[in-house]
Order: sequence, then C-alpha cells, then structure tokens
Amino acid sequence: MNSPPAAAAVPYHDTVIRQFIIMTVVWGIVGMTVGVLLAAQLIWPELNFDTPWLTYSRLRPLHTNAVIFAFGGCALFGTSYWVAQRTCRTPLFAPKLAAFTFWGWQLVILAAAITLPLGLTQGKEYAELEWPIDLLIAVVWVSYAVVFFGTLVKRTVSHIYVANWFYGAFIITVAVLHIVNSAAIPYSPFRSYSAYSGAVDAMVQWWYGHNAVGFFLTAGFLGMMDYFVPKQAGRPIYSYRLSIVHFWALISIYMWAGPHHLMYTALPDWAQSLGMVFSLILLAPSWGGMINGVMTLSGAWHKLRDDPILKFLIVSLSFYGMSTFEGPMMSIKTVNALSHYTDWTIGHVHSGALGWVAMITVGSVYMLIPRLFNKPKMHSVPAINLHFWLATIGTVLYITAMWIAGVMQGLMWRAVSDDGTLTYSFVESLKATYPFYALRLLGGLVFLSGMLVMAWNVWKTTQPLPGTRPERDANPHAALPEAQS
Amino acid sequence: MKPLHDKIERNIGLMGVLVALAISFGGLVEILPLLSQTATTQPEPGMKPPTALAVAGRDVFIREGCYNCHSQMVRSLHEEVMRYGPASTAGESVWDHPFQWGSKRTGPDLARVGGRYSDEWHQIHLRNPRDVVPESNMPGYPWLAAQPVDGAEVSAMMLALSRVGVPFSEQDISGAPAVVQGHSKMDALIAYLQSLKLPKPESTPARAVPVAAAPSN
Repeated sequence: MNSPPAAAAVPYHDTVIRQFIIMTVVWGIVGMTVGVLLAAQLIWPELNFDTPWLTYSRLRPLHTNAVIFAFGGCALFGTSYWVAQRTCRTPLFAPKLAAFTFWGWQLVILAAAITLPLGLTQGKEYAELEWPIDLLIAVVWVSYAVVFFGTLVKRTVSHIYVANWFYGAFIITVAVLHIVNSAAIPYSPFRSYSAYSGAVDAMVQWWYGHNAVGFFLTAGFLGMMDYFVPKQAGRPIYSYRLSIVHFWALISIYMWAGPHHLMYTALPDWAQSLGMVFSLILLAPSWGGMINGVMTLSGAWHKLRDDPILKFLIVSLSFYGMSTFEGPMMSIKTVNALSHYTDWTIGHVHSGALGWVAMITVGSVYMLIPRLFNKPKMHSVPAINLHFWLATIGTVLYITAMWIAGVMQGLMWRAVSDDGTLTYSFVESLKATYPFYALRLLGGLVFLSGMLVMAWNVWKTTQPLPGTRPERDANPHAALPEAQS
Repeated sequence: MKPLHDKIERNIGLMGVLVALAISFGGLVEILPLLSQTATTQPEPGMKPPTALAVAGRDVFIREGCYNCHSQMVRSLHEEVMRYGPASTAGESVWDHPFQWGSKRTGPDLARVGGRYSDEWHQIHLRNPRDVVPESNMPGYPWLAAQPVDGAEVSAMMLALSRVGVPFSEQDISGAPAVVQGHSKMDALIAYLQSLKLPKPESTPARAVPVAAAPSN
C-alpha cells in the first residue's frame, strides 16, 4: 500500500473527487436536516403547516434518498475514483465521462429534491423516483461503470486490489437491481405504474431494497474500508484469504435475503423460509468483513488513542458488526413477528446508516480532504475528536430510543387480556412512543451538530494557508499528505 | 483456491463475469416461480376491478406517501387477525401496481379499513386528524378537498393499469371522466379507503383463510 516514489508522478484526476467529496458533506447535512425535521414532525405533526410539500409522508422518501443516494452515493463515487487510481497506479479512464458522472448525479439529486416533495413518486421504497429520472440514473450509472472498469483495465499493477472487488461488485449489482426493479409503464411524462403487482412486486421490491442495503450501503462501503482502514493504520489488511472468502460469500448470499422483509405476509412460505435461512447464513461473511477490518489494527491499537480518524473507522466497523448481527436475528420468523412494522426496524437501519455508513464515510472524508487540497492535515484535529463523540453519542441515543420504542410497540400490539380481547388500542401504543420519539429527535440533533462541526473544519482546511500560493502544483506542501500516513 | 483466485484477481473481465453470475441466482430462484404460481397471480374470488374514483383515490394514496406509515397487510398472526380482520392473501393484491404492503406502521394497518368509519369521519380526520383522534401524529391533508380529480388523467391511469393486467373494460376507461366529475381528491381518497375490505365471493363458499383465524371482528 505504501506508494513508491514513482507513483507521485502519475497525473491523477482529482478534480472530480474533490467535487464528490465536498458534495458528500453538503448532502449529508441536507439529508440529515430533513431527517431531523421528520423526527420533529412525528412529535408535532403541525410542523407541516398544512403545506403539501412540507408533509411527512412526502418528505420521508426525500430523507432516505438524500442520505443513501446523495450522501452515500457521492462518497462512493469520490472514494472509488480515488482508490481505483491509487491502487491501479493510473489516471482515471475517460476523465470527461467521470466529470459527467458528477454533474449527472447532482442532476439526479436535484430532480429528486424537486419531484419528491411535489408528490411525483413510483411509491416503491428507495426507488421512488419517476421514470425519466430512472433513465438518467441508468445513463449515469453505465458511465460510472465505464470509468471505473476502464481504469481497472488500464492499471499498471498486475493484481486488482481487494477494495476494487467490492466497488466493482457494487457497481454491477446496483445496475441490475435498478433496471429490474424500476420496470414501469408510464402514463404521463412524470407518472407511471410498476410493471409488477402484488406479491411479485413485493418480492422484486425487497430483492431490490435489501440489496440496495447489501451492495450500495455494504459492499461499496466495505471497498472504502478495505483501502482507508489499512492506509490510516499504516498496516496491511489483516487476511488476504479472509478477503477472498468473505467477498464471494457476501455477494452471493446477500441476494437471497430479501424475503425477510415479508415474513408472515402473503408471500408464499417457501420464499419466506429461503429468506430467513440465507439471512442467518449472511452473518458469517458480514462478520468476516468486520474481523478483517478490525484486526488490521492488531499491533497498532495504540494509534486509536490519539488518532480520531482511526476512531471513526474502527467504531464504524463495530456498528457494522452489531447491525449485521441484529439483522439476521430480526430475520428469525418469531423475532420478526414482534419487530416488523415497528420502530425497531428504524433503529436497526440507523445503527447501520449512522453507525456504519456515515462514520466510515466521515473517517474517509477526513483522510481525503487534506490530501485533495494539499494540506498537511485537517484544520482542527480537536474538532474531529469532538465530531467523533457527537456522532457516537447521537447514534447511541437514536438507536436505543428506537429499540425500546419498537419492542414496546410489538409487545403492546400483541398483548391480550384475560378475557381474550386485545389489551391496547393502536393509538395507545403511539401515545406510549412519544417520549422515545423525543429522545430520537435529540439523538438526531446531536449527530447533525457533529456534521456541522465537520463542515466548518472542511471549509477551514480548504482555505489557502497564509503565505502560500493557491496553485496546487506549486505548493511546497504537496508531498506532505502522503507522508502523513 | 489461491492459484485459481490469483487468476481472477489479474483479470477484471473474468471477475466481472463471475460477480454477475454469483449475484444472479437469488433473484432468479425467488422471483421467477412467483410469476407462475396460482396464489400470487390469480385474484381472490369475488374481486371486482376498482371504480374510477377509487383508482383516482389510490393514486392520491401513493402520491401523498400514505404507505410510509400505513401497511395494507394483515399478517397471519393471531393478534393481527384479532385487531384488523382476516389475514391478507396474495390474491387480494394481484391488481396492485405497486403493492401496498408497507414496511412500517406509524399508523394502523388499512387492509380492512373499508366500512369501519363513515365518509364524514374520514373527511374530518383527513383535514385534521386530531379533531377525532386527539393523540394522533398524522399530518393533516386539508388541500385534498380543494383539488378536483382530473377525469382525463384517470382514464390514462386506467388504460396504463389495464395494459399491465387490471381487467378494466373499455367502457370503464372511457366512462371514467363522467364518474369522477365534480369529485375532489379527498372524495377519491375516501372512496379508495372505503374499498379496502375482504372481497366477498358472490355465491361460491368463502375460500379457506390460511390461518387458524379468530372470527373476523
């Protein structure tokens, strides 16, 4: 991983990476701000001010799309372009097409931000965008694949580094998922109906939805982990053999786990049982990834004491391990009978989304920003440390509140009195949930405040150092970022 | 394993093909059989295509994002059947593009809500839910009452739905504008909500509900 001096001579294309990484921070703040508003609306429903486009049910898809595809997407584009160039020791293939992927993706995000509040939706979770935007996504995604795989093809090193396996599998699979699940019949320039119906549509949707988690939010971010954790720790990845085994096991098993979103529904039993079995097996390759990342630190644990970036990376792996344990448990039919349709699911999602996806992204962004802007390090290391604690405390508050709320709802919905009737009406379970909605709002606010600290720190870092010329190539500090690790 | 994988690691084309192969089995095995299984493709006995007003209302339901908080799926669990009514079957949703089973219940399930409340109750509830359920956290949707249903658009919706298998007749489609004439989107939404109930077979005996079900409340 330690680049030989010759690598410095490769003219890497970093402009597109700078753009994606800055927008990662921007969209992260936007998406999480919408999330905080939604959390508040669940306590004070008047906060939609009787305005259609400010209403919870229209904004919830905007929140999920913004954090997954805008925040997570920009992070994946940016880091994959960085990792592919560095590990292949070659500049990006088709840099103009790479620039198109940036502007195209921003256009998709902008279109989402306009159409979803207007109520233009296909009504399928995490695939709400209407068909013209779906077509644009397909074009941008194919371009992304051309740039990424083109760069791998013209690599000057023989081996393809493990991070690229994960990025590659993520790009291929998301293309397949998007095309199959978005099949629809349009009836106007901005409206359409899903080509599938009922149980088939449910199965296709959760095959898509679960693997949007499995590939967009897991495989892609494992690619990030496989480069940035060893790089920041200054040690090679723990086990090459484990990488091989968990990679192939993870990508093939994930694809079977979708039906665990449909337990006890009208989906035929055979499909439900397949989904449960494969979800349980999925624990093994998931933990393979966690072990590979965490054990990379063996012999270098002391670095955790004073490197807040490494703290972000390692804590993200801990949350990854925790939520990939929780997921298989929730797939067991008897557990799912209690947890499904409750806030437990929301807690589970956020332990993955805030704890794993956001934290590994934040750690990687803190590593990349000084390198991208030719600075020796981030403007303020104590601010990174502050962000780390805000992120950790915010996540723990959030998921604890949702765990308690979810289990409570599940128990109240099934409680039967001695006379054989239901003990609680539905609205009594909602009434009991309000305190936990307040705690969740607090957790979200704490997490968001950490993101604002990050934005300030990134802004300060990108400013020219006093007394230096802004031109990158002329900057005498240019060699420093690599030396830092 | 090592020499074999060494070869894969040096050949991105080979790796790409193997990835595509590895990810394809799950979907093929879990989705394809559903396309030909009777339970997932045949409507429940007694089901009739929705009225034009209910089609318009279903569109409002999706556009406003109601599915974000309301499922339409009574799971085959004793307590769900007690609370909501007989368990849902796959046949009930074969005309649902997209499916409306939901993933989260911030509010109650709606699969059997039809006929439970009066139209007037729904009108008050949709304008400001707290007027009838003080503890509710559902947002109000007062603007729906002021928006008329566009008849030509409903015809286009029904034509598109008929192309993907919903058995509307030509008269259903061409007559839609007259049916929805003068109705607001709130009327349409209420018509849709009132249509959400267990289909009743006309003369044939009821199909066995696949649960040891409690009596439907």
